[in-house]
Amino acid sequence: MALLEVQDLHVYYGNIEALRGISLHAEPGQIVAILGGNGAGKTTTLRTISGLLRPRSGSISCAGKSLVGVDAHVIVGMGVSHVPEGRRIFNILDVDENLALGGYLIRSQHQLIKERKAAVFTLFPRLAERRGQLAGTLSGGEQQMLAIGRALMSNPKVLMLDEPSLGLAPILAKSVLKTVREIANRGAAVLLVEQNARQALAIADHAYVIEVGRIVLEGGAAVLAKDERVQKAYLGGFESVGSA
Amino acid sequence: MLGMGDFLQYTVIGLTVGSFYALVALGYTIVYGIIRLINFAQGDLSMVGAFLGWTLLVSFGFEHLPVYLALVIAFVVPMIGTAIVNLGILQFAYKPLLRRSLLAILITALGMSLLLQNAAELIWGAAIEAYPPNLLPLSGFFVGPVHVTYVQIALVVASLLLMGGLVAFIQGTTIGTAMRALAVDHDAARLMGINVDAVIRIAFVLGAMLAAASGVMLGIYYVQIHFTMGFLLGLRAFTAAVLGGIGNIPGAMAGGMLIGLLEAYTTGYLSGTWEDVVVFGVLITVLIVKPTGLFGERVAERM
Repeated sequence: MALLEVQDLHVYYGNIEALRGISLHAEPGQIVAILGGNGAGKTTTLRTISGLLRPRSGSISCAGKSLVGVDAHVIVGMGVSHVPEGRRIFNILDVDENLALGGYLIRSQHQLIKERKAAVFTLFPRLAERRGQLAGTLSGGEQQMLAIGRALMSNPKVLMLDEPSLGLAPILAKSVLKTVREIANRGAAVLLVEQNARQALAIADHAYVIEVGRIVLEGGAAVLAKDERVQKAYLGGFESVGSA
Repeated sequence: MLGMGDFLQYTVIGLTVGSFYALVALGYTIVYGIIRLINFAQGDLSMVGAFLGWTLLVSFGFEHLPVYLALVIAFVVPMIGTAIVNLGILQFAYKPLLRRSLLAILITALGMSLLLQNAAELIWGAAIEAYPPNLLPLSGFFVGPVHVTYVQIALVVASLLLMGGLVAFIQGTTIGTAMRALAVDHDAARLMGINVDAVIRIAFVLGAMLAAASGVMLGIYYVQIHFTMGFLLGLRAFTAAVLGGIGNIPGAMAGGMLIGLLEAYTTGYLSGTWEDVVVFGVLITVLIVKPTGLFGERVAERM
């Protein structure tokens, strides 16, 4: 059984079926990309895994323990951390306080908090320079670093990232994704939702393509990057023409 | 210089009363900051605290204990008791309505205010009750022309300690940080592992404890208490919270003091009957000029 195991997930918004049987899995050290257009169900998948939404049916487990029906704040303690779309940092709190909340479940273990903060600052030295600054005054890239760093404070087994490169300058987006690779190399399973399919596939090991709530394609990232259907739908544009 | 003496005397009175308003206003503001609810029962919680304190001191005769012990009991027990009442209100009245219509929950809050008043009337009766008048020494001293009583000093110091404790908790602890985070984003807070319901309960406990403390203080200061006393108190404290910028903690404290001062100056220079006219007149003026309250843009989103 995989570290993160999702089986036949069905999720509804009212009467509308947003997920129509999603199954996926991720192993430690792996980056698993989830690709798909707007409204395909990528964000819904992540929100259901992290407990913000309840599935109507299907199973989700992390390290063998079921996450279905468990409150979102408990799921964090079970090793699943979710960096939501749009970063959702606490803009009125400073960088340090944001990180402290990332370590909310270990808040009484001051030494551990200190170590994890230090680790985040090693990964994102920029945040160390800004630690006393209100998060709302950070640049977009720094806010994304903070959102990821905050999620790492709980030392997750599974890290889920929803559009981490959205709104970032291309160079910055690349550097954020490079860091994501580094996080996976340290042993976390990473679930990566990205609009930027090219860059996502470049760093991912495995990928799923979702359309209208269903997985329509899956496979090794390198294989999918060469797949004609993927190229046409998600990697289109002048670049693929140029490389053809 | 006689005019100056009057002015300072009114200031002393205004700051004393203002510190009571500030305590109740803090309750409004903490709860609003987290769940965008005006807990209209806030003033009535203060009344409940006042009656619990009275029951202990007078009915149970704790007023005959050594004064420090009597005071500790008369503050701590009502603060705990009122916190339990507020948790009950949260659990049974507000929680089923959270995430639904804000209007429904607002009307429920008004209903809870009436419920507390009627319950208090049932339990303690409709008569005016009196706190032991000589619990604290009634005497005082003169600073130039201004007379300051020991009761005033004790109550203002106690209020400041409570407010300081609250600020230290909210600014200095991780749970306090979580409370501030909830003012921004509940879902993001859940993703941090924060038990949002538990933090809301903490906010209700804190709000009720401050209200109960102010109720006991009012009893000690004015001596007389009545089951309707929470209504105007709550209204003035709500005004204070809005004046300072609701959701803003320093704003609630400053707003409370300001309302207390306005009330004292109005009573002193005009007449007690003009109090509400002036207090609400100032509120309306401030809201026209600065709709977010005195503490400006930090309002509503920030604690």
